[in-house]
Amino acid sequence: MSLEKNSSSHDHGHSHHHDHSHLTDIDARVRALETVLSAKGYIDSDAVDEIVQTYTTKIGPQNGAHVVAKSWCDPEFREWIESDSTAAIHSLGYTSRQGEHIEAVFNSDTQHHLIVCTLCSCYPWSVLGLPPAWYKSPPYRSRAVFDPRGVLEEFGLVLPPTTRIEVHDSTSEVRYLVIPQRPAGTEGWTESELSRLVTRDSMIGTALASAPGDRP
Amino acid sequence: MNGGADLGGMMGLGPIAIEKDEPLFHADWEKRAFGMTIALGACGQWNIDTSRYTRENMHPADYMLTPYYKIWIDAAVRMMKQRSMISETEIETGNVIDAPAAVKPKLKASDVETVLSAGGPADRPAQGHPAWQVGDRIKTINNHPRTHTRLPRYARDKAGEITKVHGFHVFPDSNASGLGEDPHWLYQVTFTSRDLWGEQGNAADTVSLDLWEPYLKALQ
Repeated sequence: MSLEKNSSSHDHGHSHHHDHSHLTDIDARVRALETVLSAKGYIDSDAVDEIVQTYTTKIGPQNGAHVVAKSWCDPEFREWIESDSTAAIHSLGYTSRQGEHIEAVFNSDTQHHLIVCTLCSCYPWSVLGLPPAWYKSPPYRSRAVFDPRGVLEEFGLVLPPTTRIEVHDSTSEVRYLVIPQRPAGTEGWTESELSRLVTRDSMIGTALASAPGDRP
Repeated sequence: MNGGADLGGMMGLGPIAIEKDEPLFHADWEKRAFGMTIALGACGQWNIDTSRYTRENMHPADYMLTPYYKIWIDAAVRMMKQRSMISETEIETGNVIDAPAAVKPKLKASDVETVLSAGGPADRPAQGHPAWQVGDRIKTINNHPRTHTRLPRYARDKAGEITKVHGFHVFPDSNASGLGEDPHWLYQVTFTSRDLWGEQGNAADTVSLDLWEPYLKALQ
């Protein structure tokens, strides 16, 4: 059975994996595909392992949290990332793919930024890793541009009407990274202490950075 | 194309399924599908815009209901079949039947770190000067190509303001269709919520998109 034929209406997306026979079909087909592609010399399974391993252990939101924390406590870096985000972020070693061109956008009391890709799933991999399933899902992609306040409420974030929301639809190879506001009560914190308050969602714009008391 | 992937402004798709402590992959096949898709790029048989065009080229109902990495691996299979790299019988049997197609050397495990770190920048040496400057008011074109475009339906034929000149970037509409990179000036264009959504918009919020010069014209 072809993978295309498997895209039937009984699998309603990423989080509904209760249909085990359907999943087994996909699993078996993907295995067969890997066997054939390896035998034909198109791919090396060790390279596939290495790619998965890289995005599981090395490239993830900890990279972005480092960028954000540094921009909170290093005024020189802050100036650099405001004027040339790509160069500033690359200077920390975060140069990898889906991060070749990056615009950092800065939240304030009067403006909040929210990132989406309505057309596919463009996401700043180099600093946030691979996107969560909801980011790639039709409900988020369809509504983030039309009703951002409604979307934020679903994430438990209600912004005052005086805060303007700017939604960034990632239509080009430029990737967006939200720099959330530094939480109150963190005066004197070190960069590494601050980075623990920077969640993935706060860098997409669906949350604020955690407050000092929020973390265990 | 006006396909299932062009989702901005669509209604009735339900609440956002936010999963607490979501794993990076939900099944082993997702890991392999993701890793293989990245690794296959080394074969040099397509570019990122061809991939996106192939992924969005599905029945819209299927697109909206299919797990994301399945969309990816299905598209990779379609592109490989189009290039005679693989056949359906080979996938069904798990055996090699036809001789391999001539492609670039496969990605080796020892090169993964270097290749991923290098990325693939989309900017190109500038030719000429941008037609628009920050602060210019423009209108987007009203265009409905059957091929790949990065101007979503909800932002066509709309007035906006240039808020940044990003540089001179590969033009996906051409690159996805095998017409070469055809680079153009790329701008950040900001639209008011009201201009995009009328009465259902609001007076405070804005939406910014990155749009290439061929998508823009003077505001009359």
